Amino acid sequence: MLRYTVHRILLMIPTLLGVAVLIFFLLRIMPGDIVELKLLGEGASVTPDVLAAERARLGLDKTLIWQFVDWMGGLFTGDLGVSMWTERPVAHEIGIRLELSLQVAIMATILATAIALPLGTLAALFRDTWIDHTIRVFAIAGLAVPSFWLGMVLILGLLLVFNWIPPLTFTPLYEDPWANLSQLIWPAIAVGYRYSAVATRMTRSSLLEVLKEDYIRTARAKGVYERLVVARHAMRNALLPVITVIGLEFAFLIGGLVVTEQVFNLNGIGKLFVQAVAHGDYTLVQALVMLVASFFIIINFVVDMLYAWLDPRIRYG
Amino acid sequence: MAVTITYAQPKRRHPVVAFVRTQPTGSAGLAIIVIMIAAAAFADVVAPYDPVAVDFESMLSAPALAHPLGTDAFGRDVLSRVIYGARTALFVGFLASFLGSSLGAVIGVASAYFGGRIDMAVQGVMDVLLSFPIIVLALAVVAVLPKADLLGLDVNLVLAIAIPMVPRVERVVRSSALAIREMPYIDAARAAGYSHSRIIFRHILPNIAAPYLIMLTAFVAQAILLEASLSFLGLGVNEPTPSWGLMLSGHAVDFYHAAPWMIVFPGLAISLAVFAFNLFGDALRDWLDPKLKI
Repeated sequence: MLRYTVHRILLMIPTLLGVAVLIFFLLRIMPGDIVELKLLGEGASVTPDVLAAERARLGLDKTLIWQFVDWMGGLFTGDLGVSMWTERPVAHEIGIRLELSLQVAIMATILATAIALPLGTLAALFRDTWIDHTIRVFAIAGLAVPSFWLGMVLILGLLLVFNWIPPLTFTPLYEDPWANLSQLIWPAIAVGYRYSAVATRMTRSSLLEVLKEDYIRTARAKGVYERLVVARHAMRNALLPVITVIGLEFAFLIGGLVVTEQVFNLNGIGKLFVQAVAHGDYTLVQALVMLVASFFIIINFVVDMLYAWLDPRIRYG
Repeated sequence: MAVTITYAQPKRRHPVVAFVRTQPTGSAGLAIIVIMIAAAAFADVVAPYDPVAVDFESMLSAPALAHPLGTDAFGRDVLSRVIYGARTALFVGFLASFLGSSLGAVIGVASAYFGGRIDMAVQGVMDVLLSFPIIVLALAVVAVLPKADLLGLDVNLVLAIAIPMVPRVERVVRSSALAIREMPYIDAARAAGYSHSRIIFRHILPNIAAPYLIMLTAFVAQAILLEASLSFLGLGVNEPTPSWGLMLSGHAVDFYHAAPWMIVFPGLAISLAVFAFNLFGDALRDWLDPKLKI
């Protein structure tokens, strides 16, 4: 188990390095750099000297390899650099927005899990009845409805029914929980629906798979109550793939918020990313991509470890 | 006396008939898809108005007989724009999904076939690509590639949607191909001295047709969603080309109250299209390869 853990941790390094190389060079093939965007933005005429000076100031005059080495060196010492657009430290730019995005992501996860587990279980237990059909339609519709549009419909509904729209300024949860929740619950629902749909489908199919196993038949044959068969014997095993899906969706939620934050005008990570891409803000885009990718890779790792820990049959040698 | 002997023939239904019988929901999805394709193909005939014709006389008019789904801030007919939007969505959806799935399938098969270091290296690259959320990778690709026009649409948009699909298809196809590689007929082909490319394209690829088709269908739905998201962010299709995502962006939010139909109908169109492809894709999986996990 220890060997496997170490092995898995070591495997994360080349993947992260690959992500770094990919995003670094992708950004630099982009036509037109930030300096041109910044200084030539409004049709202003600037002499090439000024452009060159600005490039030198941002360190863009060095060769690509050196720029990469500089960036990597910074990463290892925990220095994410300075945003080329706002001139503020990248860590600061991300930090002030992470709280909001993380809160929406966590709320969506709670919501999705709370909906998916009971619904998925019901659908599996009442397979091919009207309960199952209704739940499956609910789930497959959840995959089809774009979350950003669901967000718009939510706003529209609130506006038409209550003549009220969610507040536009962010209040931290610890300052005023009510103001905070009345703003963030809507985006959480908007992204949570799709999320719960994915998890519901997984719960259903996974539980159905497990219920076919021999040990379930054995448990039933020895007279265990059906309720206990489901709760003790089936659920525990069926939950593994569900946990995977919930974990991976959570990791991707940070990215998935990109569009939904736009709808609710939330100043979160997703909006920051779109702005950074639009501005060609290399340092900021790089840092955000590394953040999201490491998050995904770490969650993947945690899920794998959880597997090994929860399922005694899996003991990676 | 002549005796005619008749043997009980196993009843053979046409595969389409059998599909409709056993997969009613999938068939419903297929029906919606066919109707959408027809509407998109014959948009010139079906749509009541020119989708880009500006008419300031009838700005923001509510759904009525003249404009069944109302008009937008420029007086453009929403129904016509939704119908022409299907053209954009389906074109981008099919093309991107086809490109992404095909590239993923070829890489997956090649990686499984060659194995060893090549396989390790390819899997490493795919792991890197998989650690990007789909929309993040798509945004990065859109920003990087220069704009190039193809039939009125950006090629880079299609590529941005196709590239995130490659590693996802690659993984599934690779695992199917790994099983096929061990089949005796592959050994036979090798013994016969066929080239690698012939074995890959003639002997392995046809055998992964089932997962390939299933993934292709599932990813059309994804591609439609992604096109809508990117266009919504202003990084996909450009005005005035009608696109469902684009119809929801920009001015649409200013008219929540005055013209809710501008928001409701394009979103319904996206949802219906994705819903149909998901239904059909699920049924196709049950039909061709029930054990496939995607």
